[in-house]
Amino acid sequence: MGLPFLKELAFGVGALMIGLLPVLAPAARAEDSATVHLSLKDHRFEPAEPHAPAGKPITIEIRNLDGTPAEFESKTLRVEKVVAGGGVITVQIRPLAAGRYRFFDDYHEDTTEGFLIVQ
Amino acid sequence: MLGALIIVFREVIEAGIIVGILLAVTKGVPGRGRWIAAGVAAGIAGAALLAVFADEISHALAGVGQELFNASVLAIAVVMLAWHNIWMARHGRELAAQMQEVGAAVAKGSRSLAAVAIVVAVAVLREGSEIVLFLYGLVIAGGASTSGLVAGGLIGLALGCGVSTLTFLGLVRIPGRYLFGVTTVLITFLAAGLAAQSVVFLQQAGIVTVLEGTMWDTSAILSDSSLLGRVLHTLIGYTDQPSGMQLLVYSVTLIVIFGLTKAFAPHSPAKRPMAVGR
Repeated sequence: MGLPFLKELAFGVGALMIGLLPVLAPAARAEDSATVHLSLKDHRFEPAEPHAPAGKPITIEIRNLDGTPAEFESKTLRVEKVVAGGGVITVQIRPLAAGRYRFFDDYHEDTTEGFLIVQ
Repeated sequence: MLGALIIVFREVIEAGIIVGILLAVTKGVPGRGRWIAAGVAAGIAGAALLAVFADEISHALAGVGQELFNASVLAIAVVMLAWHNIWMARHGRELAAQMQEVGAAVAKGSRSLAAVAIVVAVAVLREGSEIVLFLYGLVIAGGASTSGLVAGGLIGLALGCGVSTLTFLGLVRIPGRYLFGVTTVLITFLAAGLAAQSVVFLQQAGIVTVLEGTMWDTSAILSDSSLLGRVLHTLIGYTDQPSGMQLLVYSVTLIVIFGLTKAFAPHSPAKRPMAVGR
């Protein structure tokens, strides 16, 4: 691959970065967001049915107490994030309408299931 | 063993389809085997590194390192696919027709192959790191015997290669003069789907917070975790509960790539303006 290719590549990536700038600007989350704490132990969520208020952005913190990696996933919450063994992660959730939102560990979907109860 | 097989196969499908399409797209370009193999190898190496540093990446950039990494590699794949499509629109016909100037074609072809190799690497990297983490988890949990695990993983991997081969063989059955048009459309939808996936990570990181509402829910009709749903997810970016922003980015990517591909395509192969040749 010659210099022209590198130039084009650099140009493309540069253009992409500029395009992304507006969205990368510090996103000021509403101050009144709710936080939900979850832990994973023996491939089970604790609590399995956490509650959260409707209409507010939600931060979910997941603490993995197992030694094995997990992937916190939910179709309805639209999240997918790896938690290393013994690790902690947080994910941001949009303001939600009242309802039950299912989540699970993608690596152990048979045993790890939980529902975020939004009301 | 079955658990390992299913998870590995599920993750390998997407990468398998992408590699199959790119093999068909680059059919006839000299040296493509080496480039695509290099992409796969780089992807596997990257996947292993990513799995080892999963925790560190999570904590990087104020806790959104994982999301930004995923969003960035997806964005790179989208740019590469777009660039490749445009490049093929300009030069693909000559390559397909096996015209003279073989020397020039080789030089030009390898440039576009670099983009293809990058896309392959990204696809393998993303799916591969999940497989590595999952298998690693099974090993330290000690639930399954190591040999059963390895066997399951290998069968899953072989099935994934089968998907790749089927995709490739299916595509190359298309007569030469249509193949070019078909793969251009396929690549454009593939890129739009990846762009929409990248949006999900930016939303999850709390970076994109507008148009987050769910546009529709077709999970009852066709779940995107079903086999068909997964295949469509890769091919056209099908999602059963897309957000408004995903839909917007998907549409814009489609329009931009189609527009650019059209704009750069010579009206007739014989009357290609000299100015665009590089």
